[in-house]
Amino acid sequence: MSKMTLKIEGDTHVIVTRRFAAPPEAVYRAHTDPKLIQKWMLGPEGWTMPVCINDAKPGGKIRYEWSNGKGRGFHLTGEFLDLEPYSRIVHVERMHLPDPTPDNHVETRFDEDGTGTLMTVRMTLPDAKTRAAMLATGMERGMEASYARLEGMI
Amino acid sequence: MNTLDAAFSALADPTRRAILARLAKGEATVNELAEPFEMTQPAISQHLKVLEEARLIDRRVEGTKRPRRLAKAGVEAMDQWLAMLRKALEKNYDRLDEVLAGIDPHKKGEKR
Repeated sequence: MSKMTLKIEGDTHVIVTRRFAAPPEAVYRAHTDPKLIQKWMLGPEGWTMPVCINDAKPGGKIRYEWSNGKGRGFHLTGEFLDLEPYSRIVHVERMHLPDPTPDNHVETRFDEDGTGTLMTVRMTLPDAKTRAAMLATGMERGMEASYARLEGMI
Repeated sequence: MNTLDAAFSALADPTRRAILARLAKGEATVNELAEPFEMTQPAISQHLKVLEEARLIDRRVEGTKRPRRLAKAGVEAMDQWLAMLRKALEKNYDRLDEVLAGIDPHKKGEKR
């Protein structure tokens, strides 16, 4: 059974759920500590995050810069709206590709699930068109990973 | 170009992806499609031609109208978007599992 679910809801939402063996406090920390974020929020194999700014307080800035080490890269900026340690994070984010994409409003919940955590990410995009474009960007990055694998890079 | 190549090539354009997203909600005429995108009818027709050749959409005959609708391949392509996004996220979260396994539980509450 897959640990993760991803579904679209209505015209503008994307809902992702994932279960973790670790308790909510640890999963929350892995979403707010730059040193930890740099270890996992990397997308396809071969990419790194040389810049990770995550000022986890209301109004605090987010800036993630990714690089494939071969001159290709892009970045994301955002702001925190609300944080409830260790149960909930609300922030907005946008990708710069290099033009900024419309804001993605993201609510991340960390709920106790036995000894572990059920994480629920609820993304709200401004409209259906933006959501389709975001999903397509995910596709492109996923494809990139597939191509990298084909080239025997991993 | 084979159909799969044509489909990926067709999907590479943001306007065409948006057209597919619109058609996912139901069939539409060329005029109905041109309106929200603020494009001329010939420009939209050109995009529709590419999508049709990629077999992502097809058309129905209704009197003088030719409403476009998603072809089965189009629906599967949309599913594919979700599958690929899912894959990228799963990779991240599998990595996060490893990071979490390495966090010392006695350091609870300490930040960075």
